[in-house]
Amino acid sequence: MSDDILRMRGITKRFPGVLALEDVNLTVRRGEIHAVCGENGAGKSTLMKVLSGVYPHGSYDGEIEFDGEPCRFDGIRDSEHRGIVIIHQELALVPQLSIAENIFLGNEQAVRGLVNWNRTNVAAGELLDRVGLAENPVARIQDLGVGKQQLVEIAKALSKRVKLLILDEPTAALNDDDSEHLLGLLRGLRDQGITSVIISHKLNEIEEIADRTTVLRDGRTIETLDMRADEVSQDRIIRSMVGRDLDHRFPPHTPTIGAEVLRIEDWTVHSPTQAGRAVVRRANLTLRRGEIVGLAGLMGAGRTELAMSVFGRSWGTGISGRVYKDGREIELRSVRDAIGHGIAYATEDRKRYGLNLVEDIKRNVSSAALDKLSRRGLVDENREYEVASGFRDSMNIKAPSVLVGAGKLSGGNQQKVVLSKWIYTDADVLILDEPTRGIDVGAKFEIYTIINRLADEGRAVLMISSELPELLGMCDRIYTLSSGRITGEVARQDATQELLMQYMTREEELAE
Amino acid sequence: MSSVAPTPTDTPTLDATEVVVVGGRRFSFNVRESGIYVAFLAIVVLFSVLTDGALLEPQNISNIIVQNSYILILAIGMILVIIGGHIDLSAGSVVAVCGAVSAVLMVNHDVPWPVALLVTIVVGAFIGAWQGYWVAYFGIPAFIVTLAGMLIFRALTLTVLGNQGIGPFPDGVRTLSNGFTPGYLGNVALGPLGGADLVSLLAAFAAVGGIVVTQWRARAARVTYRQQVDPIALFVVKMLGMAIGILFVVVQLARFKNLPWVLVLLAVLVLGYTLMAGRTVFGRHIYAVGGNLQAARLSGVDVRRVTFWIFVNMGALAAVAGVIFAGRLNQAGPTAGNAFELDAIAAAFIGGAAVQGGVGKVAGAITGGLIMGVINNGMSLIGSPSERVMLVKGAVLLAAVAFDVWTKRRAESAAR
Repeated sequence: MSDDILRMRGITKRFPGVLALEDVNLTVRRGEIHAVCGENGAGKSTLMKVLSGVYPHGSYDGEIEFDGEPCRFDGIRDSEHRGIVIIHQELALVPQLSIAENIFLGNEQAVRGLVNWNRTNVAAGELLDRVGLAENPVARIQDLGVGKQQLVEIAKALSKRVKLLILDEPTAALNDDDSEHLLGLLRGLRDQGITSVIISHKLNEIEEIADRTTVLRDGRTIETLDMRADEVSQDRIIRSMVGRDLDHRFPPHTPTIGAEVLRIEDWTVHSPTQAGRAVVRRANLTLRRGEIVGLAGLMGAGRTELAMSVFGRSWGTGISGRVYKDGREIELRSVRDAIGHGIAYATEDRKRYGLNLVEDIKRNVSSAALDKLSRRGLVDENREYEVASGFRDSMNIKAPSVLVGAGKLSGGNQQKVVLSKWIYTDADVLILDEPTRGIDVGAKFEIYTIINRLADEGRAVLMISSELPELLGMCDRIYTLSSGRITGEVARQDATQELLMQYMTREEELAE
Repeated sequence: MSSVAPTPTDTPTLDATEVVVVGGRRFSFNVRESGIYVAFLAIVVLFSVLTDGALLEPQNISNIIVQNSYILILAIGMILVIIGGHIDLSAGSVVAVCGAVSAVLMVNHDVPWPVALLVTIVVGAFIGAWQGYWVAYFGIPAFIVTLAGMLIFRALTLTVLGNQGIGPFPDGVRTLSNGFTPGYLGNVALGPLGGADLVSLLAAFAAVGGIVVTQWRARAARVTYRQQVDPIALFVVKMLGMAIGILFVVVQLARFKNLPWVLVLLAVLVLGYTLMAGRTVFGRHIYAVGGNLQAARLSGVDVRRVTFWIFVNMGALAAVAGVIFAGRLNQAGPTAGNAFELDAIAAAFIGGAAVQGGVGKVAGAITGGLIMGVINNGMSLIGSPSERVMLVKGAVLLAAVAFDVWTKRRAESAAR
């Protein structure tokens, strides 16, 4: 048998008016972990869809050879039959069914049409052992966290006698512990002879786990890097991804910090679903004009909960504490109150909470400040167009007109629409929750530039992020949050990843 | 795994292509939005041919308008409910109970009809408020709340009526539902077409003039703001089509018995609600809530209030429809309004509303209702049995929504 388990040669895929892939080559060696990276829109997902048969043979040009034989997949079932399993970013599990039922969904352990539940559950139990998940096979998926769900997906793949496992952004939604476990599991599978292809934005993970890395840019293969032989740094990969040197991942910025604009004191928030559980506990923080303040914390630390509870009590119950705006105490009972007091919150989940995807850019931009555009209840649509077009130019939203649907934009441009919406409310306190999540490297730089500009205009920015380098690169001051408590406040010059991580994991000693 | 995760990401260059694909090169012809009007025209032409022109006879045009008026009024309320992401299955029962209430007031208690009409509308609004409360503030899906309402308000109808029809209605109500504007200025001769009512013709010219002027001013304003507009030729064609359509209908009506009062009422409602849905802050909020409830909430929209008022409005319009229907039959009966909600829902979806909410237009719902009305009327003129009419209406509904889904999918795959 050859050393290469997969050879994709000269893959070209066209969509009406667009060349999505052009002469792409990908060779994966047997038993390696192979990373595929590239900016959003570089063609990674399209390539994987070609490989897994989502785009059937004939709808693309080029050849695929798997395990020494040419492949002409006509659908995802064909590729799974050959041992290629793809795990998408959005997990394809049924929340109401049990772990075992999900693992054997479409592959039921049945005798003459009747499901043998004992065999199903025992077999599922064995698979769970292999992926290191200590859960009862009859537990329901909806009761598991995302990290464990990811493991169930892998168990499901193992049940199909997978030879090549493809993971699309597997750790995007995971916290550090779960990510670590997952990466460890991939190494374990590699030792058992299972080859993995991992698509990821997280370059530190790629650096840690991948044997080789193939970089795509604009639908073409740029190069394949041997992560073991060469001296391959993250900067090296980034340079290959963006096709230019990124000496500075963050735009230079000299802050002009003014007076205090927002102060939160003794802020406590309880969970709406688990009675009595405090998610944020007696938090204090201040924001000053012109300042970019970071909020760091692990998953579940209560970052989003803190932000949303301040933003007009849009999350949580049993909220207590005081909020001062420009030194005066204010009451924020509703989102409207918050907007009225110049506070804005840009969500971490743009598609679910941030945008109306069926409407155009124009109407999304105006949606939080329609009062500014209307007289006696009537919206001035021409002025609305003008305002939105103004933002399109100043924020560099890449769309031919503001009448383009928000659902058709890329992640970076969608984020610019969300930011435009909040800037138009004249907010002087902007809470940005994961402002660069799911955005490619080039667009991130633009978002950073916009954030700096907002601060220079005298607004205060509270930036929540899971990426510590981003907080270190952008923020003038960083708060750390752990189990709902503010556990540290670090000035820019003192901040290091190690120090922040130390504060972010500090729990017990602070308990009352 | 058989499901495929969607890939919504694309690059800016794709946006440009998208516009080329959707916008066309010369004409900004939006298939999804304009298709419905073209389909309506095609159906009218088809049935005019099949009926040897009987469809467009003066009396028949008048019949189509009068017979469908209450469905069209319901469709206006329904499209707003559907844009908001909900549904109302109780509309038919509310029509019945409101008709019954108005009958008890007008016939049994001799309340002057305008007062009774007003009271009935308030009753309808309260019924809407009841349903709106459960949907908006209690959080029960509208499907369940209004399914319950369908039974509850039918039961109330029977209670109010004491299981029998009540009539006859005062002349005022019957004129509103069935009658025509009097010829204040007499007739003018239109050559071979015979005499026609002058007031009706003047109203038609005023309407055409008004529409042309407002459209032209809107276009001019858009040009000033450097927005994309239809090429002047297309604009003229559209305006001419509109003018010919209105003038043709009104001339025919003027030759018969002048304008039906319900047409005047409908025109006012359509105008008012189009303005409300498209231009007011409240209208925008309806679209925002239906398009993405969470995003609307986090943008400061009081989503519960919006949902509540959508249902109040639906109840009030159902009351108007109820009085008009009862007045037309000259009796409030226990089975009044049966399955009206289904016609109104079908009208909304044929007219381009999206099942997920957030999309739809008042004019679309009216056109959808008229499509069904013309099919009903045209098929009965050529003597089709009622089961065949039902079959065709069902097929048209399915085809309309399938077309909508298909164009949406094509646009998406082109964008990918």
